[in-house]
Amino acid sequence: MECRDIINTFAPCLSDTLGVSTDLANFLSITLGVLIVATFPLLVTILLIWVERKFAARVQDRIGPNRVGPFGLFQPFADVIKLLGKEDITPAGADKWIYNASPVVMVMAVLLIWAVIPLTPVHVGVDLEIGALYFVAVASIGTLSVIMAGWASNNKYALLGSFRVVAQLISYEVPLALALLVPVMLAGSMSMVGIVEAQTGMWFVFMVPVSAFLFFISSQAETGRAPFDLLEAESELVAGFNIEYSGMKFAMFFAGEFMHVFTNGVLMAVLFTGGYIGPFVDQIPLLGLVYLLAKASIWYLLSLLMRNALPRVRIDQLMLFNWLFLVPVSIINLILVAFLMFVIRELGLQPDDPRDFVQNIPQTVVLLLGNVALLIGTLTVIRNRFRAERLAEQSTMLPAQAGD
Amino acid sequence: MALEQFAPVGMLLLLSTGLVLIILNISAVFGPKNPTTRKTAPYESGMKPIGPAVRRLPVKFYLIGVLFILFDIEVIFFLPWAVVFRGLGFYGLIVMGLFVFILTVGLIYEWKKGALEWE
Amino acid sequence: MTFGDFTPEAFAFGFFTILTLGGAFGVVGSRNLVRSAVWLMVSLFGIAGFFVLLSAPFLAAVQVLVYIGAIGILITFAIMLTRSMTNLKERFNKQWWLAALAALTAFLLLMVTVIVPTWGEMGAEEIPPTVASTAQLGEAFFSGWGYVLPLEVASLLLTAAMIGAIVIAREDD
Repeated sequence: MECRDIINTFAPCLSDTLGVSTDLANFLSITLGVLIVATFPLLVTILLIWVERKFAARVQDRIGPNRVGPFGLFQPFADVIKLLGKEDITPAGADKWIYNASPVVMVMAVLLIWAVIPLTPVHVGVDLEIGALYFVAVASIGTLSVIMAGWASNNKYALLGSFRVVAQLISYEVPLALALLVPVMLAGSMSMVGIVEAQTGMWFVFMVPVSAFLFFISSQAETGRAPFDLLEAESELVAGFNIEYSGMKFAMFFAGEFMHVFTNGVLMAVLFTGGYIGPFVDQIPLLGLVYLLAKASIWYLLSLLMRNALPRVRIDQLMLFNWLFLVPVSIINLILVAFLMFVIRELGLQPDDPRDFVQNIPQTVVLLLGNVALLIGTLTVIRNRFRAERLAEQSTMLPAQAGD
Repeated sequence: MALEQFAPVGMLLLLSTGLVLIILNISAVFGPKNPTTRKTAPYESGMKPIGPAVRRLPVKFYLIGVLFILFDIEVIFFLPWAVVFRGLGFYGLIVMGLFVFILTVGLIYEWKKGALEWE
Repeated sequence: MTFGDFTPEAFAFGFFTILTLGGAFGVVGSRNLVRSAVWLMVSLFGIAGFFVLLSAPFLAAVQVLVYIGAIGILITFAIMLTRSMTNLKERFNKQWWLAALAALTAFLLLMVTVIVPTWGEMGAEEIPPTVASTAQLGEAFFSGWGYVLPLEVASLLLTAAMIGAIVIAREDD
């Protein structure tokens, strides 16, 4: 690699200008990259707290934070300073080591996802061949932190809350991973860069909207937010698994959650809406970061809207929704896409040049039609089922109620 | 060498752990330290805690766990298939279809037995 | 990049060995079963590191996903199903010598069959960059008849395991 400019080719420039060896320059370049990847999400989180509060306030017809700094922008900093001055409490009877390790594992599990996310065409933490699997594996570590926190707190609410959350997290991991398989299939590669590059001609969200929908819903459930926020069902579990945590340790769980939500936005952008791809990215790689964050923000705002607009579901509904709707639909979707890809190849509709927009249209149309058919089929099944249920309910109703 | 590929991951692991530990320790240094019996007692809506906090797990959670492992392993077999299925043709589709079918039978069995009901 | 005689590989190998063996000692040494489970995760994580060192990143990720993310949760659940998961009073029970004998036999068996025949013969070989890339794994599993039957049998086994779990859990009906 040659030194062109300091931002895009850091390591060779370092060895050229400072005269250090190539190994050391590579090492320094990796260290710097890792530092940026580790701190960037944490800094973004501080801003996101403001965005989140302001957004929630606007939805609920309030003003939100507006005192500290312009538009209340410095409110999160004030919060952080306040949290730093809080007392560090470990409850009596808690398992001290596990209790304190849990928030660390929580944040780590989210931060590790960022290692494989391609920020721009040339800035990737590390382009693993197994990128997609790596994401699923790392995300599953977060579940462990929940059960550690719930058990170590020595509190009934915490333990019950953690049982529920773990059941929720492991259940929704299944449709998440199954939906993730579809971009892998379309790209023919598990590498995140490979998946992004495969979308140069056409974003996957236009080819397989059902998968994007499934991934979005299950990733929302993975963060444990409304409408899937059973863990903090105030009326029954008070605050769920993190009830005994206070001060900065509690803030770490919260930071983990906020980061997770934004990370999900970034993953939606990478997997389904072309990541860093946009005009002029080849000339100015840093522009890719802007595109990525813009796309991620749209998904992020969508998930905020979902959080603020929808009521909480019950745990039985949560489980049935996952195992009897999301999982079967995602399996059928997977088989359907595989079959359609087979048909597309038999008919010779696949593009000669995958990077060309126009040549991608035929296969997109076929896949889209398949998705629409799946959607109609699923909705019909659901409608018939609920109609039958309604009729059964009506026939057993008391005469007094049947009148109205 | 795979280690070089994973070196940034390892560094990120150490760095993120270190970062969180630093933040937690800063707060431990700055914050007051005045633990009282009332303060450190487990929260139970203001009442005195009754009985041991650690209860036995309802078995339905375990069933969800088993179901999860089933599908987790299915996903793992799916991944290499998803990478290469273009070259496999119809044969690959049949093999995977059978695999999925057998596992779906398990899911249907669990549903019909009422293990997914949450009474 | 070398630090004297210590290659980064040797350093990483040492680190993962400490994780694996230390975690294993934590599992058997802890009187608290949930803590043992957490130690087990540490040990399993070390094994994932060995897979990375052996240039098998797919297996490393599977190790984390299945063993830490799934089996680990299931083991913790299983421990929480039992009555006395914490505050085990005694460190040994009556069967300790049986367990020790079994462990020793397994260890000796592995030594004799695996390590002794190859001792000193296996030089430090250069490991190819990727021993089993995902595409190769996929080809092996799904093309020809090679591993198709084991694959289908695996799915049968999984289904049987789940049906067994339901039967045990729901004795009442």
